[in-house]
Amino acid sequence: MSLISVRDVHKGYGDVRVLERVNLDIDKGEFCAVVGASGCGKSTFLRMLLSQEFPDRGEIYLDGEPLAGEPGADRGVVFQRYSVFPHLTVAENLIAAFEFQSSQFFGRLFGAARKRAFERVEEMLSGVGLARARDLYPKSLSGGVQQRLAIAQALLAEPKVLLLDEPFGALDPGTRADMHEIMLNLWKSREMTIFMVTHDLNEGFRLGTRLLVFDKPRWDPQAPDAYGATITYDLPLEDAADIDLSHFQTKPTEETTHAEP
Amino acid sequence: MKRLINRKAGGAGSLILGALPFVLLLVAYILASDARLDANPNDKLLPSFASIADAVDRLAFEPDKRKGIYILWADTAASLQRLGIGLAIATALGLVLGIAIGLLPLVRTGFAPFVAVLSMVPPLAVLPILFIVFGLGELAKVVLIVIGIAPFMVRDLSLHVAQLPSETLIKAQTLGASTWQIVTHVALPHAMPRLISSLRLSLGPAWLFLISSEAIAATDGLGYRIFLVRRYLAMDVILPYVIWITILAFVIDYLLKHLSRRAFKWQAEEGGL
Ligand SMILES: Nc1ncnc2c1ncn2[C@@H]1O[C@H](COP(=O)(O)OP(=O)(O)O)[C@@H](O)[C@H]1O
Ligand SMILES: [Mg+2]
Repeated sequence: MSLISVRDVHKGYGDVRVLERVNLDIDKGEFCAVVGASGCGKSTFLRMLLSQEFPDRGEIYLDGEPLAGEPGADRGVVFQRYSVFPHLTVAENLIAAFEFQSSQFFGRLFGAARKRAFERVEEMLSGVGLARARDLYPKSLSGGVQQRLAIAQALLAEPKVLLLDEPFGALDPGTRADMHEIMLNLWKSREMTIFMVTHDLNEGFRLGTRLLVFDKPRWDPQAPDAYGATITYDLPLEDAADIDLSHFQTKPTEETTHAEP
Repeated sequence: MKRLINRKAGGAGSLILGALPFVLLLVAYILASDARLDANPNDKLLPSFASIADAVDRLAFEPDKRKGIYILWADTAASLQRLGIGLAIATALGLVLGIAIGLLPLVRTGFAPFVAVLSMVPPLAVLPILFIVFGLGELAKVVLIVIGIAPFMVRDLSLHVAQLPSETLIKAQTLGASTWQIVTHVALPHAMPRLISSLRLSLGPAWLFLISSEAIAATDGLGYRIFLVRRYLAMDVILPYVIWITILAFVIDYLLKHLSRRAFKWQAEEGGL
């Protein structure tokens, strides 16, 4: 049974049809890279996987169960920005994942649980190369380091699937290459399932085990919003090189044009 | 020669430049005061420094003949108490309602229009109502301060909390945070620096409402004293009182500013105000 099943999902805003007839099965351990033209609904789809938005029609299942009606610890996420807590240091950001789940009221850890959590945090800090930044606040970290922290934080909550929406879109090319390395290592060592939206086709090729392309199969020049996008290509990455993807204008969404500060 | 917009004062220069308006004002006062006192030694409008010092000495360092209290300090204590209680209540309301309205859609739907309308009511216009309802005692004065600034603080805080990026709220939920944990671990830290700056902005109005209510009905307090001695044109009392109030306001503002800087180190620098 697949980890995530999407059955005939439709989604629109008012008269704008964004997504139509989306069907998808993702197995445990897959690294799904999603590309598509800017504004075609990739983030909308990811928000539905998060339960931040809901399909107009169709169903989404996680582990055979319909998705919970709100975001939860079973699905981790890293956005392009604002994915870490600015008022917590690096180490505190990582501890937060344990604190939230351990004590619903106090949000604090005690005794042995606290010790175990700290050990896991230390392990993660060195695993993603954040040990020296442990007591810094996010404002003094570069964009790349912030995203590394965001990924580490999401992983510590041990989600069934990690959802990434253009996580490296705001980074400069050198930092992005480093992040790819880290991402691949984490994915391999932890046997995670990852669903990553990217505007960078090369990134998709480099990281994914499977490439999904969102596009509008039908197009009415008089009414560009009348039809929605769906998955037009779904391929294991060995074969992807044969496909001509040149007609996708895969531009970053607005924010991505800003270089790293 | 550089353009004017590119010229800046250095260390000592900026000190002199900053002191200049004060010195000018002082000189202007002394000249005008001397001129008037020359023409009429009994003139009360611009008293000499000697008579001001005299009045300060009498009010601050000698017990009052009838009541045996040091009037300036008694007035200061009375006013600061009203101000402190009023500010504390308004701040607490601002924090609790601000977070509730800013974070919880149900509360926002229920409360936001009410607070928006409430903040349009001119507080001084309801002062007579307060005196009628709460009597002429302390309560009415505190309530006026609360009514005067709490709606602003609630609105300011709720707008600020509503600006929390949805990404941050979603992220917290994917780490397993409950609503209460999001309040305490996300919304509260986000709101605190803004609460302090909102409080700082409210200090001016708070003093205004305090002095207004003391002027109308009180038996002590800084505002009461100024309006009491106005009848005798006692500028030698009014002027030091005004300066004293200004110093108090300045010190409170300064303390809040530094509290905010020290307590919330994680903030990105926002440019000095
Ligand atoms: N909350 C919303 N209200 C109305 N329209 C929206 C909303 N969110 C997204 N859209 C529209 O849906 C389309 C897809 O957006 P999005 O999923 O962000 O695209 P992508 O991530 O692929 O660039 C866009 O045309 C966008 O304008
Ligand atoms: Mg997007």
